[in-house]
Amino acid sequence: MSRLSRRKLFTAGLSTAAGLGGLAAAARIADRYGLVPPDSGGLYGPGATLTYAAQRLLTTSSLAREFPRSLISKEPFPNPVAPLGKEFARLQAGGFADWLLVLDGMIARPISFSLSDLKHLPVRRQITEVACEEGWSYIAEWVGTPLVEVLNAAGVLPQARYVVYYSFDGEWWDSLDMADALHPQTLLTWAMNDGALPVSFGGPLRMRVPRQLGYKSVKFIHRMTVTDSLKGFGKGLGSASPEAGYSWYAGI
Amino acid sequence: MSCYASGMLDAASLGNPGSPRHSAFVRVTHWITVLSFAALLVSGVEILISHPRFYWGETGNALTPPLFRIPIPASRGTVPTGYGYVLPDQNGWSRYLHFQSAWAVVLTGLGYLLYGLWTRHFRKNLLPAAEDRSLRAYVDIIAMHLRRGPAAEDDGRSYNVLQRTAYLSVIFVLFPLVIWTGLAMSPAFNSAVPATVNLLGGRQSARTLHFFVSVLLLTFLLVHVAMVALTGFRSRMGAMITGSVPKEQA
Repeated sequence: MSRLSRRKLFTAGLSTAAGLGGLAAAARIADRYGLVPPDSGGLYGPGATLTYAAQRLLTTSSLAREFPRSLISKEPFPNPVAPLGKEFARLQAGGFADWLLVLDGMIARPISFSLSDLKHLPVRRQITEVACEEGWSYIAEWVGTPLVEVLNAAGVLPQARYVVYYSFDGEWWDSLDMADALHPQTLLTWAMNDGALPVSFGGPLRMRVPRQLGYKSVKFIHRMTVTDSLKGFGKGLGSASPEAGYSWYAGI
Repeated sequence: MSCYASGMLDAASLGNPGSPRHSAFVRVTHWITVLSFAALLVSGVEILISHPRFYWGETGNALTPPLFRIPIPASRGTVPTGYGYVLPDQNGWSRYLHFQSAWAVVLTGLGYLLYGLWTRHFRKNLLPAAEDRSLRAYVDIIAMHLRRGPAAEDDGRSYNVLQRTAYLSVIFVLFPLVIWTGLAMSPAFNSAVPATVNLLGGRQSARTLHFFVSVLLLTFLLVHVAMVALTGFRSRMGAMITGSVPKEQA
């Protein structure tokens, strides 16, 4: 081995070490500023992290497109819903008067809201598109209580980083970072197109996150937890989606 | 054929037999792009299978008439395909892979763009020479192909006007278009830059255009590989892997 190639090897080793050190430091800084998604481990972690970090830097406060009334879809598509069980049927028979949204975790004190409680908070109406990860979409008018109003009423502690929300079907749960949880268009939706929100579209209460794909808009919301870490939830990947192979962040 | 050779000999990196046919930077970015494109193609087809219908405008779903549909079975029971069965759902890993490969190809492409401008690679090796920027030059080279005439003398060391036009179109038209139409389907990116989707006529138009641009890129790939195979697979591959062209070819 010549002197020159040994020097080259030394330089290459040194720059590799510096590069790896730089990457590790970058990862620590990115995590500190909330630029690393909970499903950042594994084969697709780099891509998922780049997408999430880029979106967080670009879109923290931007608003999803809202459409004129004339663009509301005449035929919105309701994905089929699995049977929801006897307790849901009982609540439905009572017009969801007994439906409760229970909120706990990093808030001033545990609190719950009936649908009527939610309707007495400030209300937002917005005409936005539901875009399914499969490729199809529709536009509807969604009426609901911004999640931020509910969080404000509950008194969120300053160390909170995520809001975890659960579907009544017992299978689906998801989480939002605070940028999306406090976003004015993130709605706890209870009405659609001038009527109550139909069960087929997630009624009586659906999370609508118009800046992310449809699967983030979980149906039948009845429980939420505010937390500073997603480690203790399921497999720690942030939602049921990564456990089924789909990315946690769906703003793409 | 001499007109095709003009403008090529002044390109030092090509004219000088001692220098590599393709620079190391071009070779590395070429193969990263090959890998990324293969991953994008496979994952893109899998994503398409979940809803093999296309629409125009802002919205479209299984209840609305499609612009056209691909006659294949779907991985979702909610799509009317005419087939009596549903394929397994591969969207999860396909979407992770699609966006990871997209990052790889975009970052590589940015590097290539800066390299190409900095080293005048585009101007020297890809922009047709001034005298070739005429309809006549295109007609001549197409006529030559139709006659199955002999290739230009230094064909192995440079590109003719058709090749240059094809490469420039892929680099400066198709790749930017496929990135744009892809970004237009991102609900978060749309919120920051609504024009990305509005200029294309809506979300479903963006998806349909993304499909057509991908078909054009695939067509380029097939013709490109066919031409490599027809003009000497070993020497062309050698030139893109090691940079050197075997003596009898050079």
